[in-house]
Amino acid sequence: MVRTGRFFVEGAAEGIALVLAAPLSFWGGVAVESGEIIDRSHPDCGQNVAGRILVMAGGRGSSSSSSVLAETIRRGVAPAAIVLGRPDPILTVGALVARELYGLVCPIVVCAIDGVASGDRIRIEAVGADIAALHIGNPFSPPCGEKVARSAG
Amino acid sequence: MPLQLNALDTAMLNGDFGPAAASAMAILAAFSEAIGAPSLLDISRAHVDGCLYHGQASLDFVGRLAAQGGRVRVPTTLNVGSLDLIHPELIRLDSAQQAPRRRLMQAHEELGCVPSFTCAPYQTLFRPSFGEQIAWGESNAIVFANSAIGARTNRYGDFIDLCCAMTGRAPAWGLHLSENRRGRILFRIAGLKDSRAATDGLYVAVGLLIGAQAGEMIPVIEGLPPPRDEDQLKALGAAAASAGAVGLFHAVGITPEAPNLAEAFHGKAPEATVAIGPGDIAQALRQLSNAPDGAPVAAICLGTPHFSRREWERFLPLLRDFAPRAGVPIYVNTGRVTLAALEAEGLLDGANEYGLVAVADTCTYVTAILGRLDGVVMTNSGKWAHYAPGNIGVRVAFGEIEDCLASAAAGRVTRVSSW
Repeated sequence: MVRTGRFFVEGAAEGIALVLAAPLSFWGGVAVESGEIIDRSHPDCGQNVAGRILVMAGGRGSSSSSSVLAETIRRGVAPAAIVLGRPDPILTVGALVARELYGLVCPIVVCAIDGVASGDRIRIEAVGADIAALHIGNPFSPPCGEKVARSAG
Repeated sequence: MPLQLNALDTAMLNGDFGPAAASAMAILAAFSEAIGAPSLLDISRAHVDGCLYHGQASLDFVGRLAAQGGRVRVPTTLNVGSLDLIHPELIRLDSAQQAPRRRLMQAHEELGCVPSFTCAPYQTLFRPSFGEQIAWGESNAIVFANSAIGARTNRYGDFIDLCCAMTGRAPAWGLHLSENRRGRILFRIAGLKDSRAATDGLYVAVGLLIGAQAGEMIPVIEGLPPPRDEDQLKALGAAAASAGAVGLFHAVGITPEAPNLAEAFHGKAPEATVAIGPGDIAQALRQLSNAPDGAPVAAICLGTPHFSRREWERFLPLLRDFAPRAGVPIYVNTGRVTLAALEAEGLLDGANEYGLVAVADTCTYVTAILGRLDGVVMTNSGKWAHYAPGNIGVRVAFGEIEDCLASAAAGRVTRVSSW
């Protein structure tokens, strides 16, 4: 399946989806050393966001989440990309600052997230100004005719 | 529609005002584009919540702007940091942990920010006035500025508040615009006993209730008893911004944009109405405590948000009346300017005999200050009670200031107030 979204932070990414059951505050919710979800009240506590395509309805909570996202990007334990159901300025700022400071890109895309499941392979690419295409495939088959080996890097 | 930058914005973006301003404008423009703002507008002041250390990225961001010779373009106050620079002996961090935290606070000063280090900038000379366009960080300050003063700010946070300060600009969006300040959900308070009306706890409870239920909608409160002073509105806003995402509330007949119900809703009908009764108030306050009455007390924490001069003047005679001598420290967070004036006037003389520990520049729930975390901490702050168990792992009992002082005197959770 291919879905169109809007880039809030542009970039290409590919990885395995981690779809959260509830919005996550990075501040107080994600360990900056590891990317592990540590908010004990969150249904996905114990999962790890590092390297995943993080999919959730929206952001939540403190604006300090901008700093925490930037710090996880700096340490290399951030999601490969963040896909949101609705825009979130706090996460957008965190990713923008990391790009500005370190040249590291964690793309942020807003699109419909229904029908996406944890374990799906997602490839994100730019197809126009601010326009993202999300190629969403079953984890056991190559997405949209691409070779699986492509994701190794 | 793409973001429209004016000639000044474009010049800043192109580096005419130096590399730091260019970098700040690039981030501000991208953020504004992301939220769909059509343009930027001028701000007259800023309050930056960037001094709490969240890791190397915090320091890299500010350090680079400072190294580039950047300066803020509008008067800019600073929120609390992770250290008490006035009382460094209170901080239980080793020197390696303190170094980046101190550097972060210093780097902000190098940008020309005022070293206020307070979460209550509205208690300083930099208080905005009605209708002023500002860019503030810190959730309690934001809701106070919008609601109690009628100044206009969005809920700015990490990085972007400083980008606004460095450029003197903010996105023309959200609560900066009159049409977005319209009340949408009505909270109707009824059935309160007179004895309840004057208590600080009432304002905390109402804040918690609107914070939990308003969602994205701007709450309007009808039937709120007239507050004793603006500190009760401070407590209400801080609780609302802790329990939810409230950046602006209207209280009919009390806050400046709500002289009556119709004006609070801009002549439209509420989209939802919620009744608040005495049972809701009592339950909201009960939920703030996770320790039983009679439990041993390790400390009292007051001043979240920072104690105002008026709160000190109410607190100090009570402290001397209760005269606690059970060895329970009473931490009171406050702004360094407020504290310096009290000390210069001798108003705190002898108060340490009763366990008073004044804390400036920071707050007891964001850094390592408390000597003991094994007992119950009692507070009169809804915000402290909300965040401290998660931040520093303590058990909390919430009460009126008189309950806090009675507990300090007895060494265990004791209640003397009417609720």
